[in-house]
Amino acid sequence: MEKQNRKAWLYLLPALLFLLVFMVYPLVDVLIYSFEEGYNSASQTFFGVGSYNYSYVLHDPYFLQALKNTFLLVVITVPVSTGLALFISVGLSSIKPLRNLFQTIYFLPYVTNTLAVGLVFMILFKKTAYSDGLVNLFLHWFGSPSVDFIEGSYGAKMFVLCFYTIWVVLPFKILVLTGALASVNQDYYNAARVDGTRRGRIFYRITLPMISPMIFYLIITGFIGAFKAYSDAVALFGTNLNAAGMNTIVGYVYDMLYGDSGGYPSYASAAAIILFVIVLTITCINLLVSKKHVHY
Amino acid sequence: MKIVLQHLTKRFPSRGKKSHGEVTAVSDFNFEIPDGKLVGLLGPSGCGKSTTLNLICGLLSPTEGKIFFGSDDVTKLAPENRGVGLVFQNYALYPHLTVLKNIIFPLENLKGTAKLSKEEMRERAYQVAKLVQIEELMDRKPKELSGGQQQRVAIARALVKMPRVLLLDEPLSNLDARLRLQTREEIRRIQQETQITTIFVTHDQDEAMSISDLIVVMKDGIIQQIGAPQEVYDNPANLFVAKFLGTPPINIFLGTIRNNRLYIGEDAVLVVPDVPEGEVVVGIRPEGFLLTGNASLSCALKRLEVMGRDVSVVCANAACEGGTLRAIINAEGTPLPNTETVRFSLKPQKVFLFRKETGERIECNLVPLTEVK
Repeated sequence: MEKQNRKAWLYLLPALLFLLVFMVYPLVDVLIYSFEEGYNSASQTFFGVGSYNYSYVLHDPYFLQALKNTFLLVVITVPVSTGLALFISVGLSSIKPLRNLFQTIYFLPYVTNTLAVGLVFMILFKKTAYSDGLVNLFLHWFGSPSVDFIEGSYGAKMFVLCFYTIWVVLPFKILVLTGALASVNQDYYNAARVDGTRRGRIFYRITLPMISPMIFYLIITGFIGAFKAYSDAVALFGTNLNAAGMNTIVGYVYDMLYGDSGGYPSYASAAAIILFVIVLTITCINLLVSKKHVHY
Repeated sequence: MKIVLQHLTKRFPSRGKKSHGEVTAVSDFNFEIPDGKLVGLLGPSGCGKSTTLNLICGLLSPTEGKIFFGSDDVTKLAPENRGVGLVFQNYALYPHLTVLKNIIFPLENLKGTAKLSKEEMRERAYQVAKLVQIEELMDRKPKELSGGQQQRVAIARALVKMPRVLLLDEPLSNLDARLRLQTREEIRRIQQETQITTIFVTHDQDEAMSISDLIVVMKDGIIQQIGAPQEVYDNPANLFVAKFLGTPPINIFLGTIRNNRLYIGEDAVLVVPDVPEGEVVVGIRPEGFLLTGNASLSCALKRLEVMGRDVSVVCANAACEGGTLRAIINAEGTPLPNTETVRFSLKPQKVFLFRKETGERIECNLVPLTEVK
């Protein structure tokens, strides 16, 4: 038995080693950093241990702005993208001709480079000295004045960011949900049909519960992904996100480390830990809620 | 409810672009199922049994032909308007709903005047649950039930809306051997108590024979024979039906008719007065062999298998399909063979002749050799 145990540990060793070095150690290190007050990266010294870093971060208007942006992004994009993906997948599964073509088209954004997509969005939305952008041309048609989506009002910028995020995450969700829908045994639908079940009821009482594990998976990963959003904002608004007022929590962490005003690993660590706690809490709430509504 | 099928045909289009691959799953079915009977659709897999069932319940619509329930033409009706209850092979119980909710599900779909109150639904659900004896399982989820219990729940769900016709698709194939015996009795009992016209599909002839009032033997989308189980067994219409029914299976020989005698190998076994000379296929039921009388069919004994009341005598004979024949002999009162060669005489009513080319039955009078001389 003893020998077997040793063998098992031996087999686990490579994975454990990598996890310890690249996951556990950094996490612990970040936690330690976040409590070291007045850390100086040049001399690698600090004055004392305490919660000042947290207090600084939580009072920093840039962080609060980033927090607000991130929450808005999460609250808007996760439900909208999941719902939209569900709608499109149901549509895709109920058509026969050209289904594969549509599936490919819907999946294309997933394999497209984020920054390239960002560039296209700039062309669509950005207002320059020479052009108002394609979207504004449309708005003009309907008699509305130009809106500056990239450098204009907060609402307009948030709209573009959410629009962009939804557009980027949609393909993967559609892929997962079409797969889930296809895996529901046809017999359940036949049984429901013989019993005269209306289509809406079939959807709510049979289809949704059957694919609930997949929907739940998408919601959890969607929440986590949206909380960690950064590159989307950069692609649209450039690297100086604080100035644009469109920073995210991860963006704030990055700026604290490497940005123009950076060089504060302690603040960055504190912000990162705050993000970690938020994501952990939300995921736990999700898991609790799912117990009632997800049928494995 | 009487069910009538008229020229029922279902053709499936070919897959892909090739036009020659059209499949006829059900070809020109004509039969009538009397009210309140239990009917078994029997045939090997891929013979169109399930397609027939789906046509009757309305999940598929026929290419040609008509279906009547009583005097109503239901050919064009949607499944929910036909008043059928369907039990699926895999039961198709909704895994996220409890047994009670599964059973109530069809009732919740009722609209207009047929709409029931919550209490009425519960009452109806408990009534059928009592019928299929699952009252104590109402709060469980399907995955917490055994296969046999799931089967009962599926039947309860099909019965709860009081269908005119109950259809069962391979109802026993997912159960283990012991449960299968029990459940088929159960299906018979439920059918007799409710008196609902019931059609079930099976590839197991034992199942079909044991509980049906009527069996329909199918092959490649064509009806081979319809009749009461015993009738079909005693009087098969062709070689396929003869081979398909009976355990152990019928023994098939290549025989010749010469001088009004039926020869198997070089042994004359029976007198056939009215069949033209030539080669024929001979089917002999295992119970058609006798060790007494003018024993003329000689075989090489391979082994004896004692099964209590009966003994199964396994012999080799060159004219037999597969080289081995199995005879079931009543063990009481007959001295068992202990020599290397066994000689049998045959019971004429257990011997069937078929045309060699088509497998069609040759209707004829078979007479034992002794009665002629």
